[in-house]
Amino acid sequence: MISKNYTAHFILLSVLLVILFFVNVSLGSVSIPIKDIFSTLIGGAPSKESWEIIILNFRLPKAITAILVGSGLSICGLLMQTLFRNPLAGPFVLGISSGASLGVAILILGSSFLGGVLISPTLSNWSLPIAASLGAFLVLTAVIIAANRVRNIMSILIIGLMFGSLTSALISVLAYFSQAEQIQQYLFWSFGSLGNLSWSEISVFAFIYFIGILGSLTIIKPLNSFLLGENYAKSLGINIKRNRNIILLITSILAGVITAFSGPIAFVGIAVPHIAKLLFTTSNHKILIPAVAILGGIILLICDAIAQLPTSEFTLPINAITSLFGAPVVIWLLIRKKKIFI
Amino acid sequence: MDKNQNNIVLKTENLSIGYINRKKKTVVAKDINLNLKEKNLITVLGKNGIGKSTFLRTIAKVQNALSGSIFINQKSLEDYSNKDISTLLSLVLTERLPESQLTVFELVALGRQPYTNWIDKLSDNDVEKIKIALKQTEIEHLQHKFFYELSDGQLQRVLIARALAQDTAIIILDEPTAHLDLHHTLKIFALLKKLVKETSKTIIISTHQVNLALQFSDTVVLFKDNKIISGSVEDLNSTNALEDLFPDTIIKYEAKLKQFVIKPN
Repeated sequence: MISKNYTAHFILLSVLLVILFFVNVSLGSVSIPIKDIFSTLIGGAPSKESWEIIILNFRLPKAITAILVGSGLSICGLLMQTLFRNPLAGPFVLGISSGASLGVAILILGSSFLGGVLISPTLSNWSLPIAASLGAFLVLTAVIIAANRVRNIMSILIIGLMFGSLTSALISVLAYFSQAEQIQQYLFWSFGSLGNLSWSEISVFAFIYFIGILGSLTIIKPLNSFLLGENYAKSLGINIKRNRNIILLITSILAGVITAFSGPIAFVGIAVPHIAKLLFTTSNHKILIPAVAILGGIILLICDAIAQLPTSEFTLPINAITSLFGAPVVIWLLIRKKKIFI
Repeated sequence: MDKNQNNIVLKTENLSIGYINRKKKTVVAKDINLNLKEKNLITVLGKNGIGKSTFLRTIAKVQNALSGSIFINQKSLEDYSNKDISTLLSLVLTERLPESQLTVFELVALGRQPYTNWIDKLSDNDVEKIKIALKQTEIEHLQHKFFYELSDGQLQRVLIARALAQDTAIIILDEPTAHLDLHHTLKIFALLKKLVKETSKTIIISTHQVNLALQFSDTVVLFKDNKIISGSVEDLNSTNALEDLFPDTIIKYEAKLKQFVIKPN
């Protein structure tokens, strides 16, 4: 498909992304001069040694995580909206975040009545992501098996929602029998967090993330044909079932790894594709996939900056900020434009 | 009927069409034996629910036949891959398009997907084919509009242009005039007739515009309760085949006029 020229849009957004990345790194409870931040980032030594640790081991990983999470979730949302031809679809409609939550809930909450088998008072860094991945993978497998038994794409959407309800119910039961501390620990995970990732975790995260992103680039053509509906797509020679499964797989890899490392982050995945569609006024996935990826990174960097309440001691839960900040923006955009698209 | 097999583009043998749900089989129509000639405007006529759309969807391989066989250019439909079908046969369906921000040009360009590379890049040849399709359907002035801004009549032309861009020998249209007024209905029929003549494509449509169909068609396929037959209007007239297309309570067929008329009291 030939589309209008969006070079200016992309340059502007990329510059914004880079600026926000540096702003994000420069914000935090310890104020560090811009000059020292730059010198640290390009490999030099800042005036104080502690600043180097703060920047390289805390702020830089967090800003990178924000971009990975924001862009990954936004691409998942776009894929789901196109696949289900439904503007309300998001990365978690397949029950992936519920699956991840269940995995984490069993790890944290379930330890009390699983007789201490899983007990580890100080959970290691890796146990949470592994539990979340297992949970997400389990629910996803169930959804994909069910999806291949129904013909109607809307049934898959409902099956995903039902699996979500089921796992939430299981988590409630677990929570009911748990100690207050454990519930609090679980609640903190569900707030979402972009920080606390070590470089080794980030490299695993980034590796899986890039597999998902590369995968999404290979399905641009079928995604565009889906804009006409499945019958037309089929008549254009597109293998519907295979491409549907590829889309489900890419979404679950991306949404799964993101939830595993940073918790169930709401809103971004549904909203960013709509913001991109409003800004770029196109449905061509060749434009939309890079557009939502950059915008997703930008928006999560902004949300994270707000969450840090610059120069304060506290960091607000990122999950609350994404919705608090984002929902009104989307409502405002939609009221202005009065029309939404898949 | 022409016995020469060379100009038969579509042939069905004991074809049975319908739906299979779990173990229940619903037969919509059976014993369909047709020989349809190429480079014709072929209209499929019959009352609501008699299986016209199911027939079109089956010969387009959108859904499977219950039994029997379909041959396109003397080759069984089953032996064609979906990829082959996409360069042989294009569709204009009645279903609403999902709401998206595709422009008319982009929508027509999607017809080139069977020929584009993995990232859907249009070659000069593709762009040329799109431009010809826009010209043939007289919608060049609409090409930068979003498709949701169009009237039903304009949208129908865009969908026909998309099918033309797909560059197939056969185009199948399911009720292309369903939402259109008389003026736009006539324009679509005239366009289809013109395309058959100018591009030597075979165009197969289902329609409820019986009187117009009888005037414009080269071949008519009649879906009746007990049998399915085809032929030119003259052939059908000679066997009085059109008389019982509808229950004879309100309308009757006037062979001389080649028209259905309201029965005088």
